[in-house]
Formats: sequence, structure tokens, C-alpha cells
Amino acid sequence: MYKIISKREIAPNIISLEVAAPLIAKRVKPGQFIILLVDERGERIPVTVADYNRENGLIRIVFQVVGKTTAQLSQMNEGDQLFSLVGPLGNPSEIDNYGTVVTVGGGTGIASVYPITRELKEAGNRVISIIGAKTRDLIIMEDEMKKASTELLVTTDDGSYARKGFVTEILDEVLQKEKDVKKVWAIGPAPMMKAACEVTKPYGIETIVSLNAIMVDGTGMCGSCRVTVNGETKFVCVDGPEFNGHLVDWPEFMNRLARYGQLEKLCFEAYRNACREENG
Amino acid sequence: PPCVEGCPAEIHIPQFILKIVEEDFASAYLEILKTNSLPTMCGRVCPQEEQCQRACVYNKMGKPISIGRLEQFVSDWARKHDTKEKLPERKNKGKLVAVVGSGPAGLTCAADLAKMGYDVTIFEALHKTGGVLTYGIPEFRLPKKIVEYEVDKIKNLGVKIVTDFVVGLTKGVDEIAKEFDAIFLANGAGAPQFMHIPGENLNDVYSANEFLTRSNLMKAYKFPEFDTPIKVGKKVAVIGGGNVAMDAARTALRLGAKEVHVVYRRTREEAPARAEEIAHAEEEGIMFDFLNLPVRTLGDEKGNVTGMECIKMRLGEPDQSGRRKPLPIEGSNFVMKVDIVICAIGTTANPIVARSATNVQTNKRGYFIVDEKTRATSREGIFAGGDITRGSATVISAIGDGKKAARAIDSYLSSGGSLRKSKK
Repeated sequence: MYKIISKREIAPNIISLEVAAPLIAKRVKPGQFIILLVDERGERIPVTVADYNRENGLIRIVFQVVGKTTAQLSQMNEGDQLFSLVGPLGNPSEIDNYGTVVTVGGGTGIASVYPITRELKEAGNRVISIIGAKTRDLIIMEDEMKKASTELLVTTDDGSYARKGFVTEILDEVLQKEKDVKKVWAIGPAPMMKAACEVTKPYGIETIVSLNAIMVDGTGMCGSCRVTVNGETKFVCVDGPEFNGHLVDWPEFMNRLARYGQLEKLCFEAYRNACREENG
Repeated sequence: PPCVEGCPAEIHIPQFILKIVEEDFASAYLEILKTNSLPTMCGRVCPQEEQCQRACVYNKMGKPISIGRLEQFVSDWARKHDTKEKLPERKNKGKLVAVVGSGPAGLTCAADLAKMGYDVTIFEALHKTGGVLTYGIPEFRLPKKIVEYEVDKIKNLGVKIVTDFVVGLTKGVDEIAKEFDAIFLANGAGAPQFMHIPGENLNDVYSANEFLTRSNLMKAYKFPEFDTPIKVGKKVAVIGGGNVAMDAARTALRLGAKEVHVVYRRTREEAPARAEEIAHAEEEGIMFDFLNLPVRTLGDEKGNVTGMECIKMRLGEPDQSGRRKPLPIEGSNFVMKVDIVICAIGTTANPIVARSATNVQTNKRGYFIVDEKTRATSREGIFAGGDITRGSATVISAIGDGKKAARAIDSYLSSGGSLRKSKK
């Protein structure tokens, strides 16, 4: 069992949990993820590790309530136990001293890009980071990101805070201005990552994305998370989750992400109805 | 007797049958337990027609003794009557053995070592124990409460089981080697193979591993009471001719598919599935499309499967495996309308464990190279068995390997060997 040590709602419907998982905290590196099960009837869902404290044996995860499992997870409190938690899974980000790099985080993707940004800066890079969300409320981890990067640019789709516009627009501006960006990391919803890759392509800058595929085991035994990269089938859980975004077959990836849409809705509704009944 | 030689678990077959004749079922059970820690499963899933029953002398008179059925009867009887094994006094040998994987090979090795007095810890990547017994073989062939019962028995021997632990990621083999005196690698051959044909990544193309894991391990057949979804469709094509293909096809039928086809490139005679499994599938209404090879999966604009293009085959000369080689008949392509495709063409080695093990040699397919008799790998103190040494095979061969490895580990440790103390 894996105890929840702290819980904070850092934005509407976005929860940050610290969980006791000493073995994972000891080894996890930026870019890696875990798979968790809320309870015995639960499904296995992948979540990127947003932070870790090796001494205290804690890992931090940040998630948005989008369906049944995340809703149920958001109802758990400090002291509660998760049924299962396994990791660290996937390959770590390739951190090196590249020179100038850009990291882009959209929505809860900010939590995923945060440890990568921090590590890149620690490795000696000049890190320009761009974070964005739909509205002001949904900008998360701004302070942490500020500390983790050399320069931080913030944007909201509706202009309710900082710059108005998509992260991809800011990314384009940065690339026009900065002539020697060596590498870009773009993590967020699939359409955002795809759009970021379209922005960087004309500049010929390698762009790393972290694919949030549908997973079951997360250890390479089922192929639920498979994706076509450069014409070859890859498993996101063991070959990724990071890939060169210019080589990803985005239409296929997005189709596969949507494949349980109806069933997911059904499961979420059944859960909400049950909750309503329980609460009278 | 030949039947015992035909059994990889070396069960004392005549002795246990004699006890049945005497109607002393408890003793019959204890006789089996002397050599086999997982009898309730073997009776159900072993291909006895290729093992003990093939060797049975009664074959000469027409029909072998139904050893598998007898084993199943005795172990079910014992489970219902909660027959307990009286273990001899064990002296704790104070030596630690790590077992990687809680499938049949790992469970057997752990049970045998615990009975010898070793302190055994099993590391399992999934949240449940049993390996293929839990995620692969469906409930209708092997009830999960039986697997749990057997695993509990092994825990009662003092074996510790750590779930949610991916050897190679949570900790590597090299790190485990610093904490244990010996290691048995039994992580199976769990990586699914695909056909590499166009359209294989369409939404409704599953590997059999994914389909069966969703259904068996995650209980997707009880969705939405359980949270893991599964898509079933009206018309399902399962590609392959092995037991896994039969399991996937029969599972799809139980999940509500109207029509299920097994598409296999050879004929019934060459199909690796047990004759019994094919017969069951047929009785349940599964259709067999022999001598057909899928060449392409077709889909709509949303990425959903609409059909599968196949080419008809004919059999040529025998190949290296001794089976006649299927050859395509040019121009015979046709499209079958299906909305779910399940690929059951085999599994292969997952490299995660091997990558974290220095000086443990694998062959070019990623399987550990071992001494056939002792299951010793190229690194002293590390042993391996089951599918990760032979490719996907049978539960019983994995059990056999687990037994051999336990004996070899005992002799390695008894003669003063220890990974912890070695300098490497």
C-alpha cells in the first residue's frame, strides 16, 4: 500500500499528491512515470512523476479530474492508501548540456515538464520555458517553474493572465528571436504537442514530446500504448514515453487516444450517479 | 514408469493413482504435492496428451489413463477438504534467494526452496501474482480463486511476495545480486509480437496479451463495475493457431461477440493449440478459417477496424520445424468484414530484466542462455527458467524448470556459493 502524505488542490480540478514510495523516489528520473490503481476494482493509469524527494521517499503526482479514476483519486485524502503503485517506468529524458533549450508545458503538462526543466538548468543549459493554460486559474506550478528555468514565459488562451495566446505562438516568437535553440521539449495535450512540432519543424529544431498513450501494464507486455514513430511501431511505455515529435504519426496517435471515449464516459456517469445516491 | 518420465514435474503417478484406488484421496494429494506445488493448475492446463499420457503404457491397448483428470479431481477434493501438507521440521538455512516473476516457474522454484529451508522473496511487476495463470489463462479454463489458493499455500511456506516491483526498473538484477545469495530469473516471454502488416495500429486491433489482460487481470468483462474498458464488437477475427488464440476467441465470444473467427495460415493438423482446446472452441461455435493469412487491416476515417484482407494459402514442403510451410496462392486475396482483430501470433522476450543484469548472457532473441539440467546462466549464482529461457512454451515446462533450478540453487548454496559474497 502507498500512503498519501499530502494533498493540495492547486487549481480547480487539478490535484497534487505526495505519495510515500521510497523505492521509486530513490531511482526515478525526469521524464519517467508510474502506474497506479486506486482500489481493487480500479484500472491502471499512467501518471508522470512531477517531483521526488529521495531522502523522504516521496514522489509527487499532479493530475486533472477528467474521468472516473481521476475523480475517485481526487476524493482520496492524506493518510489514505493507494491500492497499487509501480515504477519508475519508461525511459528518463536525455538530459545533457545542449546550450540553449526551450521547454513548453500545456495544462497539466506543466507538471511533467517541470522536473525536466529543472534538470536541464542544473546540467548547465540556458532554459527558456513557456507554460500556458486556458485561463488564469489553470496555470499551475508557476513559482516552481520560475525557479527551475532561466527565463519563464506565461500565457493564457483567453488572456485572463500574463500573455494572451497559445503556448505555440509564444514558442514561435522565441524561436524567431533566439537563433541557437538546440532542442525543444513540448508536453501537454496531444493537439498542443502536435502543434508545437509544426512550429519547430521549419526551424529544424529537434522537438521531444512525451506521449500520454492508453496503457495497461506499462512494462511492454501488451502493446496498448503502441504508436508509429518514423514508420516503425513503438511501445510508448518501454520505448518512450519521449519521442522525436517530428517523427510521430499524430493522426494515428490521437485516434488511439480516443478509442475508449464512449466507455470512459459511461464509467464516469455510473460513478457520479453512485456518488449522488450515496450522498442522498 | 514411462508416465513419470513424461511428466516435467516428476509426479509419482502410479503411487497417487494407487491411493485413489484405495479411496484415500488425502494421501493421493500429498503424494502429488511431494513433487508438484501447483497440482490444481496442472490437472487443468497441462497438455497431458503430449506428456504423461503420451508415455502411458495403456496407449498400446488403445487409450491412456486420464492422469490429468485424476490429478484435477484429487487436488480439487483436497482444496474442498482443506487437506494440509505436514511439512518436515525445517532448519532455516539463513540464505536469501530472489525469484523474479510469480508465474508457474517462479512459484514452483520458490515453493521448493522454501521447503528446503531457504528465505525466498518473489518480485512481481504486476499488482497480482500468478503471471500467465492470472493475466493470460481465462477464468473458464482456470478459475482465479484456484490460483489465489495455490499462491496462498506458497505464502504459507514462508515465501515473501513483493508485487508492483519491476525488476530492471524498480531495481536492477545487479542491485538485487548484492542483497541475495542466489537469483532465479523467471520473468516469462511476455512481449507481444505483431504481424507488421498495414493497418495494425488501428483502434480495434488488440494483441492477445492486451485483450486477455484487460479481461482476466483487470476484469473488463465486469465493466463498469470494474473500471477497465474493453471493446468487443460483433464480428471478431483472432489471428493464430495456438492455445492463446483459442483463449482469446472463447473470451471474445463470452464478452458478447456474435461471430468469432480463428484465422490461421496452416491447417488444423499443424495448429499448436491442444486438440481439446480446438474442439471446445468449435463446440462453442467459433469458426475456423484455416489456410488464410491476413495481409492488411482496413479501417474507417476514425481509425476503427472495418475489415481484414487475407490471402489464401496452400501447404508446401515441411520447414525446419517439421511442419509443412504455408505458401500464398497469388490472386486469392479477399476481404472479411470484421470490427475487432486480435493478434495471437506469439510472444517474445521483454528486454527490461536482461538489460539490468551484467554478465548474464542472452541469445539473439533475448532469451537467457542456460544449462539445460541446472538452469544456470553464464553468471554464477544466477539461474533462469520458464519462457524466458525457451520462448513461449507450456505451464508444465515452466514448472519443470522451477524444480530443476531449485535443486541447482540448493547445491550451489550448500557448497558455499553466494552472490552477495562474490566480488563481482
